[in-house]
Amino acid sequence: MAGRWKNDLNWSDVTPRAEFLNRRQLLAGVGALAVGGIAGPALAKIDAVKTNYGRGLEPNSYEDITSYCNFYEFGTGKDDPSRNAGRMKTMPWSVRIDGLVDKPGNYGIEDIVHGVTMEERIYRFRCVEAWSMVVPWVGFELADLLNRVGVQPSAKYVAFETLLRPSEMPGVGSRVLEWPYREGLRIDEAMNPLTLMATGIYGEELPNQNGAPLRLVVPWKYGFKSIKSIVRITLTDKQPPTSWNMANAREYGFYSNVNPEVDHPRWSQATERRIGGGLFSAREDTLMFNGYGDEVAGLYAGMDLRKNF
Amino acid sequence: MTLAQEINGRLRKAPAWPIYIVFTLPGLWWFYLGATGGLGAEPIKALEHAYGKFALQLLIAGLLVTPLRAYAGVNLLKFRRAIGLMAFFYVLAHLLVWLVLDVQAIDRIWADIVKRPYITVGMMGFALLLPLAVTSNDRVIRRMGGMAWRKLHRLVYPAVILGGLHYVMLVKGWQLEPLIYLAAILTILAVRIRWKQRFLPA
Repeated sequence: MAGRWKNDLNWSDVTPRAEFLNRRQLLAGVGALAVGGIAGPALAKIDAVKTNYGRGLEPNSYEDITSYCNFYEFGTGKDDPSRNAGRMKTMPWSVRIDGLVDKPGNYGIEDIVHGVTMEERIYRFRCVEAWSMVVPWVGFELADLLNRVGVQPSAKYVAFETLLRPSEMPGVGSRVLEWPYREGLRIDEAMNPLTLMATGIYGEELPNQNGAPLRLVVPWKYGFKSIKSIVRITLTDKQPPTSWNMANAREYGFYSNVNPEVDHPRWSQATERRIGGGLFSAREDTLMFNGYGDEVAGLYAGMDLRKNF
Repeated sequence: MTLAQEINGRLRKAPAWPIYIVFTLPGLWWFYLGATGGLGAEPIKALEHAYGKFALQLLIAGLLVTPLRAYAGVNLLKFRRAIGLMAFFYVLAHLLVWLVLDVQAIDRIWADIVKRPYITVGMMGFALLLPLAVTSNDRVIRRMGGMAWRKLHRLVYPAVILGGLHYVMLVKGWQLEPLIYLAAILTILAVRIRWKQRFLPA
């Protein structure tokens, strides 16, 4: 259901459309000149409801958001996804929805986005690696999709899977993670109005490196929870295995809520570097639940967040 | 004339000082790129990693001087000090970028050094390199004597292992590139040990 969440970030700070379109044309020109598969800019515009709430945080530039990504299926370097993800075919695309639902099946992406209310939402995005961005997403609430397919009362968790197509993903030859990439949420987290299924940024379809055509956005959790290029959603009664937790349970918990008081074993989570500030940018304090405590702290009432990190 | 002899002949008259200039240039270039947007959206980490990786490459290059002479007959001994000192300067630059641009606060720096094993390991490596850099000049070698100097400079072996380990430990997951560096370091050191056992009396 749209409109349950009120933005506290400011639309007036978003890069004016004409300005970023100019940059996009420049990008497209560069892309046309370059040899090999550069992930070209998406062209389709999405009609989305704009929200005008908020005090100001400035979104990162389109270039920052689309050039500095973690998407290990395309390589572990931050610039690998923008160079390699163009090979991924996102048409046709369907999502298998199964498990404890009333209407399981393969849903085409056109079907999934048909009839939902698309909203533009400016969210903070905090990576577990202690950097952050602010992203103007376009998407709809995951709750809309789950309500449509009918969640059975016994469902306690939602599991997600990313596409695994080795011929289009040069990074999956490496065993850095166990493929396919998997993530999961508790059902109440999934139904929270903040939890978004994003299909776009800056009012246009997601570029592949950002998780086209459909990705999760859970703004109060570390970025790796916001799984990209989703092909499967399973409702289950058990906590599902999740990729980073499988790779290293000591470092990456199932919850992975942004928490400045619980450090990663190898680095502090108390501060973060906002991308885009250049070589001499200062670190900023990290906010509890990435600044979304009012909306989500209640989900974890009574839980020891040091244990359930 | 063999290839090795020809290389040795050509290098006989070449001075070592241009190495200091040539190897300083990439560091300045990366800094310029970082300051002008040429290192991507997050130039601090990019610069930190560029300096650290080049330092590791130079350390490995320094370790290759002896095996090259032993196995290929190519003598690069007179360039080794310059290579080693440049490696040290890049480790120092790497450390300074981390201190000044990345972490930015004294209390956090100390907390990181004692709390984060990969930083502890990196700092230990730096600490081992420090006396080597200070003693890399003719005056000190004369005063110390060749034997003592060579003994001291064996610290480069644990230092470079710590450097390779530091790289493996800091990445997320088991990534290939740092493992290749560590494997290269261990292989070169293993070759040296075997070479010593074969050619030097016990």
